[in-house]
Amino acid sequence: MKGIYRFILVLSVFCASPAFADLDITVTGGVAGAQPIAIVPFSSNDGLQTDVASVIDADLSRSGMFRTLPRGDMLEKPDDPSRVDFRNWRSVNMNNVVVGKLNHAPGSDRVSSRFFLLDVITGQQLIAYDMPPVAPDQLRYVAHQIADLIFERLTGIPGVFNTKIAYVTSAGLGPTRSYQLIIADADGYNPRTIASSRETLMSPSWSPDRKKLAYVGYERGRSGIYIHDIASGQVKKILAEKGINGSPAWSPDGTKLAITLSFETNPDIYILDLQSGQRKRLTDHYGIDTEASFSPDGQSIVFTSDRGGQPQIYKMSVAGGEPQRITFQGRQNLDASFSPDGKSLTLVNLDEGRYRIALLDLANGNLRILSEGGLDESPSFAPNGAVIIYATQVRGGGAELATVTTDGRVRQRLHQPGEVREPSWSPLAK
Amino acid sequence: MFKQILVSSVVVASLALTACASSGKKNAPPPPPPVNNSGMAGYGASDSSVSGTGLGGGLADLANKKTVYFEYDSSDLSAEGQGVAAAWAKYLAANPSVRVRLEGNADERGTREYNVGLGEHRANAVQAALASGGVSASQISVVSYGEERPVAAGHDEAAYALNRRVDIVQQ
Repeated sequence: MKGIYRFILVLSVFCASPAFADLDITVTGGVAGAQPIAIVPFSSNDGLQTDVASVIDADLSRSGMFRTLPRGDMLEKPDDPSRVDFRNWRSVNMNNVVVGKLNHAPGSDRVSSRFFLLDVITGQQLIAYDMPPVAPDQLRYVAHQIADLIFERLTGIPGVFNTKIAYVTSAGLGPTRSYQLIIADADGYNPRTIASSRETLMSPSWSPDRKKLAYVGYERGRSGIYIHDIASGQVKKILAEKGINGSPAWSPDGTKLAITLSFETNPDIYILDLQSGQRKRLTDHYGIDTEASFSPDGQSIVFTSDRGGQPQIYKMSVAGGEPQRITFQGRQNLDASFSPDGKSLTLVNLDEGRYRIALLDLANGNLRILSEGGLDESPSFAPNGAVIIYATQVRGGGAELATVTTDGRVRQRLHQPGEVREPSWSPLAK
Repeated sequence: MFKQILVSSVVVASLALTACASSGKKNAPPPPPPVNNSGMAGYGASDSSVSGTGLGGGLADLANKKTVYFEYDSSDLSAEGQGVAAAWAKYLAANPSVRVRLEGNADERGTREYNVGLGEHRANAVQAALASGGVSASQISVVSYGEERPVAAGHDEAAYALNRRVDIVQQ
């Protein structure tokens, strides 16, 4: 008997992987004309733990749009524009330099930070900013905010460094399988398990105010829609009808969820009013209708339906009416969602036996394949609309997350042991 | 009781071993999709399903018929699947107090929520076959797990064929 237990233990060590670990990010592409920038270490009047400049540095270089100067190559480390000698930065071919300082006022539990973004060629200050004081353990988020400001000033695109990603991990097969729903910072730090189950967890979806996460859970062989309140940690089961309770997607105003229910006959799209609890059936077809997503104006939805024989994307008004098919390229198109500007969709396209992430231009109908895997899925736009995160299969087993810019130029892989999937990128903090 | 737990643990362990083995590259040819479920511990295998005696209606026969397999992106019952459903229909119609849960599953191709829909269509197909065999609706419940509960870990047709299934779990 003891032998059997040892056997099981060895197996579980061999097969299972820790589901709770930092995502390790690598950039696998990059922009040829990445902008050279130096992030000088911030001075501090106190031994603060967070190296703000290195967090900014990592954010910018990971974006693929910046090439940062190693600290060892810096000829000076000023903390104020008045002490910057621009010749020292021109000589190492920098376009921009960032300097700053942290101030931990005596007797205060808050740290304030001030930073400057400087143009090395003209000597101009592009940004001079005092960040609101925060507790020392929040300095990482201040660093992400600074990186956002720098990124937007130099690229014209809002930064998404101060955002979060929700995803699902699983390990094990058969009855030993377990699932975790995790929220981490966009750079993979601070992963936090918000739900853990022996039964399936899936389809996380952020509320537009970023305060809640809707997801699908199973309990004793029945599915349900759950809403997790991020601040309080409280979970509410809001629906558990007979059959499928799936695919929650928030309306842009946060008052409704589009969901898939099958209790009346088979999978159809419903709109659930979260306040009144009333729901309205939007589709009525014997095929599979699922994976609804609201347009940014809240007036229409797109969803997956196999009513034409193969799964394709259809669009319809939230007021009802006849759905219109909008995808025609490839064998199948599934799981579409709108870009923040409403002009395009990201979706999963099946063509030549490969499921890949694609971008559909709604104005001209052009479909562009963005990913390079064979079984890529669950695409989710970053709130700036410039990057898409998705799940991809790893050669030799397992799954991990990847990102690609919508122009296809910069790619990241987010590694973690075990199976990682169903990423959902949070909105910006309000 | 203790013995019972140990036995199911061994099933779990051998299942895990199968999983580990099939995730690596093996030269052995992939097995054809089994008609019966012997050797494949499906979900619910530890639920003491179909282990009692005295209920009558071909119980021993059903022990080998706990899973119905499907073709890619299809919820049509094969001749074998119809045979499995017919055997269960006979047993359930003769034993109206017995209840089953039909658990629909899909292979990993396609998106997750679409596969939940597909799994349910498959479970519904089995349910319809049971109903036409005289089984009362109150004896049957249906759940779909989509691609979330594979029994085979590989990324090839042999694994996919095992994962496209409806498990018939006696309650």
